[in-house]
Order: sequence, then C-alpha cells, then structure tokens
Amino acid sequence: MYDHIILRYGEISLKGKNRKGFITSLKKRVKQVLADYPAIEVHQSFDRMIVKLNDEDPEPILMKLKTIFGIHSLSVAIKTDHDIDLIKEKALQLVKDQMGNESMTFKVTVRRPFKQFPHRSQDMNRDIGGYVLSNTEKLTVDVHHPDMELKVEVKQDGAYLSCNNSEGAGGLPTVQDNKVMLMLSGGIDSPVAGYLTMKRGVKVEAVHFHSPPFTSERSRQKVEDLVKVLSRYGGDIRLHIVPFTNTQKAIQKEMPDNYSMTIMRRMMMRITEKLAEKNNALAIATGESLGQVASQTIQSMNTINEVTNYPVLRPLISMDKIEIMRISRAIDLYDISIRPYEDCCTVFLPEAPKTKPKREHANKFEQYLPIEELVEEAVNGVETILIKEKDDSFDELL
Amino acid sequence: MIYLDNSATTKPYNEALDAFRTASEKFFANPSSLHRKGGEAERLLRQARSSIAELLHVKINEVIFTSGGTESNNLAIKGTAFQYMNQGKHLITSCIEHASTLEAFRQLELLGFSVTYLSVDQDGKVSLDELKNALTPDTILVSIMHVNNELGSIQPIKEIGHLIKQKSRALFHIDDVQGIGKVPLDFNDVQADLVSYSAHKFHGLKGNGLLIKREKITLLPLLSGGGQEREIRSGTENGPGIVAMAKALRLYLNRAKTQKRMLETLRTHVFAELSIIEGIELNSSMSGAPHIVNFSVPGIKPEVLIHALEEKEIYVSTRSACSSKTAEISHVLAAIGLTTIRARSAIRISLSFETTKEQIDIFLNELQTEVPKLKQVMR
Repeated sequence: MYDHIILRYGEISLKGKNRKGFITSLKKRVKQVLADYPAIEVHQSFDRMIVKLNDEDPEPILMKLKTIFGIHSLSVAIKTDHDIDLIKEKALQLVKDQMGNESMTFKVTVRRPFKQFPHRSQDMNRDIGGYVLSNTEKLTVDVHHPDMELKVEVKQDGAYLSCNNSEGAGGLPTVQDNKVMLMLSGGIDSPVAGYLTMKRGVKVEAVHFHSPPFTSERSRQKVEDLVKVLSRYGGDIRLHIVPFTNTQKAIQKEMPDNYSMTIMRRMMMRITEKLAEKNNALAIATGESLGQVASQTIQSMNTINEVTNYPVLRPLISMDKIEIMRISRAIDLYDISIRPYEDCCTVFLPEAPKTKPKREHANKFEQYLPIEELVEEAVNGVETILIKEKDDSFDELL
Repeated sequence: MIYLDNSATTKPYNEALDAFRTASEKFFANPSSLHRKGGEAERLLRQARSSIAELLHVKINEVIFTSGGTESNNLAIKGTAFQYMNQGKHLITSCIEHASTLEAFRQLELLGFSVTYLSVDQDGKVSLDELKNALTPDTILVSIMHVNNELGSIQPIKEIGHLIKQKSRALFHIDDVQGIGKVPLDFNDVQADLVSYSAHKFHGLKGNGLLIKREKITLLPLLSGGGQEREIRSGTENGPGIVAMAKALRLYLNRAKTQKRMLETLRTHVFAELSIIEGIELNSSMSGAPHIVNFSVPGIKPEVLIHALEEKEIYVSTRSACSSKTAEISHVLAAIGLTTIRARSAIRISLSFETTKEQIDIFLNELQTEVPKLKQVMR
C-alpha cells in the first residue's frame, strides 16, 4: 500500500548558505545506505527528501534510514494524483490500516503548497475528515491530542498522505572533511562518545592502544566490532591501532605507581594529537564523564589536557553512567562493550591511582621518561585498517 | 522424483550444504575459545546472526539459535512459564498446535499450570471471542501457530496480537515454522514477543532453529551451562549449521519474492483439479496457506495410497510427520469437525518454491488413476 517514504530534515533547514552542501551530503548517504535496493529513487526538495519505493518493502528501508544523521523524522506515505475523491479513498484506506481493530482518535492536517489545486486546505480538512469518519467505526475526532494524525500534503507532483512520524537519528549530515580522532578503549563510554560526536556531522577516525601480549587479539577484535557498529551510522571508519606495549612498560618501570595512570593518559593524548595532525583531524574526542573514575576528575582532566592544545570533545561530560548505558544499548554497542577482555586502561591499573594529580608533579616525573622517542615509536608503528560498514569477509558463506 | 512433502522437511539447498562444509573445514574452532581460531569462528557466528537479523527485520540481540522448531517452541513456552510463574499460572494455546507445543503445555499442566485450549472452526481458525473470554489477569502466555502444518489454515494473528495486548499482559508466542516466506508475518504489526522457526523447513539443515525473542523479555533457560546465546541457551554453537541456515534463509526469502504468486497459482490449480476427482474431499480451504493442501479419500487407507504413489516416485504424506507413528486420528482434523472416516483417510501434499506445474499435473494424473483402482481393491 505504501509507495513512498518522506524524510524531514532537522536542523539543516535552519542553515543558510551551507544548506545545499548539507543536503547533498545527506542525499549521498541515503543512496549509500539503500545501495542494496537498486529500484529505489531518491528525490530532494527544500525541506524534505522523498524516497520512492517502487514496490520495495518499506520496513527494512525505514530501519536503515533511521541510522542516518541529519534526518529528523520519517513517515511512510501514499501518493495519489490531484483528485479529491482519490485522496479521500486513500485516506480511508490508510486510516483503516493504522487502526486495525482498535478505537482511536484522529485528526486531519492538510497542507497545500501547490496552490493550483482548487480545494482550500480548510475545506479539505473537513471534507477528508468527514469522509473517513463516516466510513469507519470506533474512530472519533480529537484535534488536540489525537492518537493518529493524518497528514495530507498537496504538492506539485501529487498528494502525499501519511500517518504517524517516527523519529530519525537527528543531528547533522556527515561532512567528510570535518574529521575528529576518537580515543576508543573498548569500554562502554568511548564508543557512545564516538556516536554522539558523529551525530554532529563529523567524520571520526578511531585510535586504539594495543599492548600485546597483555591485551589479547580478542580485545582488538572487540574494538573492531565496536567500530563496525559505529560505521552503520556514518559509513566506513578508519581504525588506528597503536602499539603501546613499550610505552606501558616504560611507565611501569620508571614512574611512581600512583601517577602511572595519569602519565599513561598523557602519553595517549600526545600520541593521538600526533595522529590527528598526520591525518588532518581537527579535534580529539574521548568518552570522559566528569568524576566517573580517577582519570576523569577535574584535576585529572586538567593535568592530562596539559599536553595538547587540540580541542578535546567530551560529549559524555555531564552524563551519568546509566544514561550512557542506555544509549549504548539503544545503538547495539552494549553487548560488545561488556565482553570481558582486558584493555589498555584496565591491564596496568594501579592499586590506588591519584585522583587529584598535579601538572607540576606529572611534569617532574616525566623528565625521567623518553617521551619523544616513545611517541615517535608508537606513531610510526601504527597499523591503520579500514572498518567497512558492509563486512563482506564471509559473504560467500552467508 | 516429485517431492510433495515440504511441510515435513525440505531438501537442503546445495549452497547451504557447501556453506556447511566450508564452515566445518575452515571455522571449526569453538567460538568461545580465546585464541585466534576461536575468534574467527566467533566472528563468523556473529556475522551469521546479523545477516539473519537483517533478513527477518529484527535486532541482532533478538536472535537465539536453537536446535530446531521443537526446541524453539519448548523454550518459548516453558521458558516463559517458569520465568513468569509468580505473576500467574494460566496459559492459552489452541487445540491444533504442533506436538512440540501441545506436549509442552501438557507437561506444564502436570506441574500445576492451568491451560486453556482454544477450539477452532471448520476452517481451522480460533475464535477471537473465545480468546477474549479466556484471557484473565493470571494469563502469562498465549501461544498460537501462524500456519497449521496439517491443514494450512492461517490464524488471524494480527487480531489475536492486538487482543492479547489490549486485554492482558500476557506474552504472545507464534509458532511460524510453517509460515515463513509463504505467508507474511510482520512481528511489530502482530505484536509478537516470541517467534519460532526451523531451518530445515526453508532448505537449511536439520538440527538448527531460531527463536526470535524481544529484547525486554527474559526466559528461564532450559539448557544451562556455559552461557551461550546470551545465557538463554547453553551449549557450543552449531556454527556450520547456523551458517548454512543463514545462507538458506537468504536464498529462500529471495525465491519467495519472485515465486510466491506462482505458488498461489499452483494451489488454485490443485484445488480445482482435486475437487473434480470423484471420491476426493478437500479438507483445506482456499483461505489457507498456498503450500499446504489436505484432502481425504474416504474408503482408502492413506498408507496404501502413499505407497502406490511412491511407486511412481511421488512423495506425499498422511499428516504431520511428527505424529504419523501414532494410530490415533489427527487432532487437527478432529478439531475442525471431520468425521472419523474422513479424518482417517487424509492425505497432505505440501509444495515448495521449487515445485512445478508439470510435477503437479503428473501427481494429479496418477491420483486420478490410482483412486478408482484402489477403491475397487479395497471393496
């Protein structure tokens, strides 16, 4: 019955001159996501995009479209010709389908951007509403809090009828040049931070610190899997695996136990900054939430942040753990995040890390650490892999 | 060979067999092992799960691998009953369910649960009014099959789902083993909480099944152990079988897209032809699933007809393969009110997307020749 899906832009409709670029990016992404459905057509207009289904089943397509940032809401729709009787007929069909056997309240909202259509919106409201009401049982009108809103939009190329919007992913469409390095440990927080960063229209590249044999192949696989989930929301993502064993060993050996965590973080920050520079990223994103653990107190942030002057984006800064977990679950990261493998942050965790480290102390201790050599060695040893949105490694089998 | 017993099992696709073999050779490690080989097997398994989830339009977390339809039904029914028994001990099902459902409920009755068995009309459908009256605040589960395996009757599953959710807090389990690909089922639309599938009904291998379980629902595991399948179904995963199932499901649903109309045309043809053969009475209705046709030849023992047809390389069956060894008449045919003599002489043919019109015509021809011949002998 449904032959179209209407996508409404969120904030992009507010943008002035950049608007066109945003819409182009969005359309490109829509087409990318629907590449498996060659029959589908995508048309854009000022404030929306229309996906013509050409007989494809709308359900799986809706699910895919809901992963795209920059889409505010979506609804399945029926298109008819400019004919008031046809519109009424289809409206009835649609309402009946939505109601099933239940009692419901509804209202009709008509918009008529195509003014050549001879019926005024107000008249159509009444006309269509009346027709639907007189041909259904268990349906009543409630213009304030209806269970169902039937929207009719009369446009140049025809009338579009839809019910019940569902929410899109929100945010802004991804701009490929806006690049941010995401520090990704494998826990619950950092992938969520990645998701929220991506939501604002940037492209992330992930940085993961790997310390074999202290951290296993499985923990690396875990990170690859997390990145793969993230790639559903913005396309392929580059993952930089940093060899971190030597740095960690040096810290263990040379640095006082209670500062080892702080200094490890500073090293990670330095290495990430170098990678950002090398890969033309303009900022660093982390999963820090203020006060959550020793490394995330305001004192720790102050001391760790000292080593970089790149903007550090902390989208989770104000969130409680429980809110972070909720997002993690909602976007299918959680089950991967809780796989119980040691990662770079847990494996060398000291008994009692300093919760209020000071910049001057960190600087003093670091005099005994060959910082530049370690950073350079790590950066040169980086292995970069491309995590593809569509994993085709087992395609033949499946 | 003309194989018309697809509701008992289907012939595995070659591609599924190839996938099974490759997966067994290359990815035989235990997915729970920590080494690289284990990691590869785990990745393959995860990929298979996500592929199946995508094909069925559910979330990855909602797919539970089982050993087949029987286990899926048992897990859904007993798992729900045991998990939620402190919220109520009343269960509802219909009297034409598959043995794996009915026997699970019988066991639960022995354990102190009360079960309402809904009756069906002559088309094999449950009545919504009866269901409405049966729902109580104590009802924790309603389990109804989508397509009946003997008759092909289709339950008004959407209306049933709406009614359950409107009138009670019971969970809704659907046995969709026979419906997949042939009669569409939209889980959201019908408000299903649990749905069972079996791989060998869609050209996968025996020993593999699926239970789709909505995320928010907890089930008490029937198999406890190493905590596989998110703690709900322990036991080392049957990786190669699962891979073959994923492959088969993809091919099958693709076939369904192009072949469904063809199957419906075939069914109409079969109905028309059967109704003019003397001595044959149709038990299925045109409103049923397009792949199952049940009819009776009163006066002829079905076994005799089956063996006569198998001489011609035509394979049909009497009733549910799972119950064919018992001498009692089919509980399904009894439930729709058939006379004993008619119920005892029932034959079921079940088609697949591979069935051709030529095959059907040969079958009809042979039937037309055999029936009068056998009738003379039996008299």
